[in-house]
Amino acid sequence: MSFKAVRVSDSVYWVGAVDWSIRDFHGYSTHHGTTYNAFLILADKVTLIDTVKKPFYPELMARIASVIDPARIDYLISNHSELDHTGCLPEVVAAVKPERIFASPKGIQALDQHFHAGFPIEPLRTGDTLDLGNRHLQCLETSMLHWPDSMFTYLPEERVLFSQDAFGMHLASSERFADEVNQDVLEYEAAKYYANILMPYSPLILKLIDTVGKLGIEIGIIAQDHGPLFRKSPDFIISRYAQWARRDMKRKAVVVYDTMWQSTAAMANALSDGMSASSVSVRQMHLAGSHRSDIATELLDAAALIVGSPTLNNNMFPSVADVLVYLKGLKPKNLISAAFGSYGWGGEAVRQIRDLLTEMGTAYSGDVRIKYVPDSAALDECYSFGVSLADQVKGAVS
Amino acid sequence: MKYVCNVCDYVYDPIEGDPDNGIAPGTPFADLPDDWVCPLCGVGKEDFSPVD
Ligand SMILES: [Fe+2]
Ligand SMILES: [Fe+2]
Ligand SMILES: [Zn+2]
Repeated sequence: MSFKAVRVSDSVYWVGAVDWSIRDFHGYSTHHGTTYNAFLILADKVTLIDTVKKPFYPELMARIASVIDPARIDYLISNHSELDHTGCLPEVVAAVKPERIFASPKGIQALDQHFHAGFPIEPLRTGDTLDLGNRHLQCLETSMLHWPDSMFTYLPEERVLFSQDAFGMHLASSERFADEVNQDVLEYEAAKYYANILMPYSPLILKLIDTVGKLGIEIGIIAQDHGPLFRKSPDFIISRYAQWARRDMKRKAVVVYDTMWQSTAAMANALSDGMSASSVSVRQMHLAGSHRSDIATELLDAAALIVGSPTLNNNMFPSVADVLVYLKGLKPKNLISAAFGSYGWGGEAVRQIRDLLTEMGTAYSGDVRIKYVPDSAALDECYSFGVSLADQVKGAVS
Repeated sequence: MKYVCNVCDYVYDPIEGDPDNGIAPGTPFADLPDDWVCPLCGVGKEDFSPVD
């Protein structure tokens, strides 16, 4: 058999699945694929933490079988009810017949509402300790990180934190540990995961880091549900999370736009030139080639979001509406914003963008609208607008 | 009286209000506007229960 378990610590084995080919994870572009991590603890009570996405059931079972007969699993714990971690849970329950199944109280509800299966699940709450005989699992509910049901479990004897989606990233690799992969790719994918999955819950992340500190939980290894595991440098990802949750900003602006006849594109260029000439770093993202989830990633450490759209049939471009609705849901804090666009007659797009950016809670600082094709005076106006936005960025980021 | 979100366990404490969303300290749950939503998970007032 090719699928083998990988030892993570004394009694913990990774028994997950590698999804090399996924490129769209519910609307999030996964350029590097992903992994669905599941963990087997070979304690007196043999325990499986989380499962994998449904099509990977054979891979999970083969990896388990490489170290132990799956029928010997006593306890099954679901730290997070989302289908990438529970898709094959009913099949696992049927095959393994675990003595007991556990989830958070919200997890019990969510699993029931997913599978309508009727198998009994027992609650684990914050402060509960599950006795595995020669090992113990401590539980910490982490509601809204990132679903109501989410929870952490911690194995104190081996200092392993099972953190489900938190600290994860979509990154497929044949290596199982973070110290074995390209660090730039690792950090980019971790930031992308944070921006797209956890950003709305940033205030909770800061509280959680504080709580974990106060509980005196010593984290030796982070065993999260996606991507390579942090066995050597858990502090690396925890400190990044603190930084991202505070949204530490750079002197950076993201210019997102679409264009019909290159007029709004020309405006984007002039405005970006004005900003970069004033020492603000610009990421120009034309929606024809930029995925919403990559835009969210660039926004993680940006101080300004500048949005451009032509007016099409009295509305903003559909691609612009797509990205704005998406970003609104991610609730980025402390953003300066502005809008621009070329139009023929009504010019509604810029006003609609202004309304959405205001509704998002950004500090809207104005807009430029140009009729049809910008001449050099109009482009100068865009350039000057860029300079004034750069001044605001520099005012906000010392 | 405090109210807890049935979905995510966020607790609305009238003493603190919800200043990030324009709710002044001292605002009783009953006086929250109808369009107020849970600041964590986004569900409406009808998904809250009193905490005794
Ligand atoms: Fe999830
Ligand atoms: Fe996940
Ligand atoms: Zn809530």
